[in-house]
Amino acid sequence: MSALYMLIGFSLAVALLFLAAFLWALRTNQYHDTCTPAMRMLFDEQTALQSDSGEEESL
Amino acid sequence: MKAISPNNSVSIGCYHCGLPCADGSIAAGPHSFCCLGCRTVYEILQQSGLQQYYLLDSHPGTPPPTPAAPPGVERFAYLDDPQLQAQLLDFNDGQTARATLRLPQIHCASCVWLLENLQRLQPGVRSSEVDFLRRELALVWNVAALSLRQLVEGLAGIGYEPEITLGSAPAVRLAGDPLIRRIGVAGFCFGNAMLFSLPEYFANPGDLSDAWRGLFTLLNLVLALPVMFYAATDFLVGAWRVLVRRTITIDVPIALGICVLFGRSLVDILTASGPGYMDSFTGFVFFLLLGRLFQRNSFVALSFERDYRSYFPLAVNVRDGEHERTVAVAALQPGQHLIARNGELIPADSRLLSPHGRIDFSYVTGESDLVEAERGDVVWAGGRVAGAAIELDVLRGVSQSYLTRLWNQQSFHTPKAEDLSSLANRISRWFTGGVLLIAAATAAYWLHVDPSLAAHAVTSVLIVACPCALALSTPFTTGTALNLLARAGLFLRDGAVVERLARISAVVFDKTGTLTTPGDSDVVFDGVPLTSAEGRQLASLLTNSVHPLSRRICASLPVDVALPRVIDYEEVPGFGLCARIDGAPICVGSRVWLERQGVVDVSTEAVRAETAVYVAIGNSCRGAFHLGNSYRTGVTESLAQLRLRLPLYLLSGDNDRERSRLLPLFGADDRMRFAQSPQAKLHFVEDLERRQRVLMVGDGLNDAGALKQSSVGLAVSDDVAAFSPACDGILQADRLARLPVFLRFARVCLVIVASSFALSLLYNLIGLSYAVSGALSPLVSALLMPVSSVSVIAFTTVATRLAARWTGIAR
Repeated sequence: MSALYMLIGFSLAVALLFLAAFLWALRTNQYHDTCTPAMRMLFDEQTALQSDSGEEESL
Repeated sequence: MKAISPNNSVSIGCYHCGLPCADGSIAAGPHSFCCLGCRTVYEILQQSGLQQYYLLDSHPGTPPPTPAAPPGVERFAYLDDPQLQAQLLDFNDGQTARATLRLPQIHCASCVWLLENLQRLQPGVRSSEVDFLRRELALVWNVAALSLRQLVEGLAGIGYEPEITLGSAPAVRLAGDPLIRRIGVAGFCFGNAMLFSLPEYFANPGDLSDAWRGLFTLLNLVLALPVMFYAATDFLVGAWRVLVRRTITIDVPIALGICVLFGRSLVDILTASGPGYMDSFTGFVFFLLLGRLFQRNSFVALSFERDYRSYFPLAVNVRDGEHERTVAVAALQPGQHLIARNGELIPADSRLLSPHGRIDFSYVTGESDLVEAERGDVVWAGGRVAGAAIELDVLRGVSQSYLTRLWNQQSFHTPKAEDLSSLANRISRWFTGGVLLIAAATAAYWLHVDPSLAAHAVTSVLIVACPCALALSTPFTTGTALNLLARAGLFLRDGAVVERLARISAVVFDKTGTLTTPGDSDVVFDGVPLTSAEGRQLASLLTNSVHPLSRRICASLPVDVALPRVIDYEEVPGFGLCARIDGAPICVGSRVWLERQGVVDVSTEAVRAETAVYVAIGNSCRGAFHLGNSYRTGVTESLAQLRLRLPLYLLSGDNDRERSRLLPLFGADDRMRFAQSPQAKLHFVEDLERRQRVLMVGDGLNDAGALKQSSVGLAVSDDVAAFSPACDGILQADRLARLPVFLRFARVCLVIVASSFALSLLYNLIGLSYAVSGALSPLVSALLMPVSSVSVIAFTTVATRLAARWTGIAR
């Protein structure tokens, strides 16, 4: 039964960890804008220079 | 349909903005452009290797506005002023500066990409981040390499001119939303408290040793502390404020429930006499906070708090001897000479120095026609110059002007008080009284029968009577309604407005820009019908004129083929124009103008109250164009529908020439007021508000007072993200005709709130039957609280969605 004490301690610790992560995310304004990041991920990391006709030029 | 010939360049859209290109003459490489401005932007981007802008979205650009100032004038020179900079910058240490600029042009993924790659265009930029929904650009840059002015000029150069107004202020960065943080904490505590309560509920008798029980209750107590002393403080403070004012709102029974639940559990746990109700307590607070969140609007891009400062520019050009310089609007002094160009706003009451000026006052006074001013006329603040640049002598400072004085009125400084007569608040008075009465009766009974159980029974009554479900009814109904209405085109400030909207007893409308489409008019020709050849001649003549009346008539003429050539063109401002086309003289303008041109038989029969423009072809008068207001589609029907239930009023800043047309819509002559000043509108609504609950529907700055003073003020706007004065809701202009449907939906929502009150009272009665007999176990309480809350939430959201479908708000 004494294992239970440990398990309760662990479960609380994990839960507190998640709460802290949530509060940190909130504090650093990660919920401030939930729309633009979704658009941003569509852009290429380093945009390739593209010629006017739409063909890719090698850099 | 006309077949598109290979040469037909009309079908080509501008590569930059997508507008049709007049001809293929403006081009760069394989692409055509509608104007030089668009080509310039394209070339700038190409030089910086940013062509991908055009590949993410087709035609991502916005057409650059026609330059308001001639090339020699530096429009953004004022941004070099350190004092004005302080008003705009979030941060500046002489090396690095940070600013958040509002760019209303942001509309697609290309915009985001381009603006976030700004450092390739402007090397001083360290980081740029777009907030798409708020249409904001957060910039960090090196001040030594790049001034704010250069930055803004660069942005304007690629078609993203920041919106800088007198109301612009540094962005306030909150470290997270406090309500969300409270919900997070309460949710964490609720979940864990429930977990630690399960052994108590499900263990067989004797399985759970006292040591375990002690540990679990202690953990519950620890978990309840942050809920009581952090998450729930808003409710306690709210209740205290209301009690000090000697009234009762829904916050009072909530606070009573919170205190009794926590206090009783604390005593139970510390005296080891029971497991307490900490799981019920934490859940209660968690659900209440969720209700608060739900009732709040989530339209981050909209602002319901704007005043004239968001409409006025930050700086203006003044004459300084031979030169022009820019001056902060707030520092504008009487006696300074102001120079305003086409499209620019006049920020202070002034006297016209130029011989002639044309000013658009529709947004400020409600006058639908442009005002022609002569030298020496007083021009009120808020007008926009149309046409040639004018010079003005400032009479009064900005805050003392005719229009802006409206904001000095009392009603702008007293916030709208919490509605004490809302359904929840009225019920909570009876509810609190009833609960206290039952608690007293229970106390009396148990003191008589078994005094040791009295405290137990009384606290049980108070716990079970906790108005959790009751308190959730309104937020979840109005919160759902808020989102459904937003999808239908009506954006309300918060859930409380839905309830106020349901109890409206009179509606007041503004005319210009609200019932009518701004800048648009119905053009009707009265007289000898024109042949199609004459129509083309007329169109050819009118295209030469920039007068707004010419433009409007021209737009109403069918033009499909090449126009005939115009010779001997002459235009006299304020009178009319004439020329020779296909050999015949042709004159357009006022009656006086035609007579002066030798036209003899100008008929006076056709004269109506509206603006008339006469036409003579070959020295004989052919009739006149009449320009009336153009009413929004469906407005007539929806006003007729509204009038069946509610008295309607009209408050217009315009003159009364539309009176006869409006009379059948409003029913009685005394229901319509014309030529109303902004102050008069405010006082009219204030007066009406004593007898009625007024819904004010307006659009312009002249309605700002009335919108503020009314029970519900709705601002009608063609672009909901554009400026609209402080209000309770913003209505998309093309949905104005659906106003009767919106009102009906709001009334149905109120019925839903009332029914869910009945449902939650039923739960309270069930709980009470346990409590008065002293048999309320924590398990019953722990079951009753979430079951009642969840069922009330489910009932209200489902019923509101069904109501939306039934009334036609949603499909």
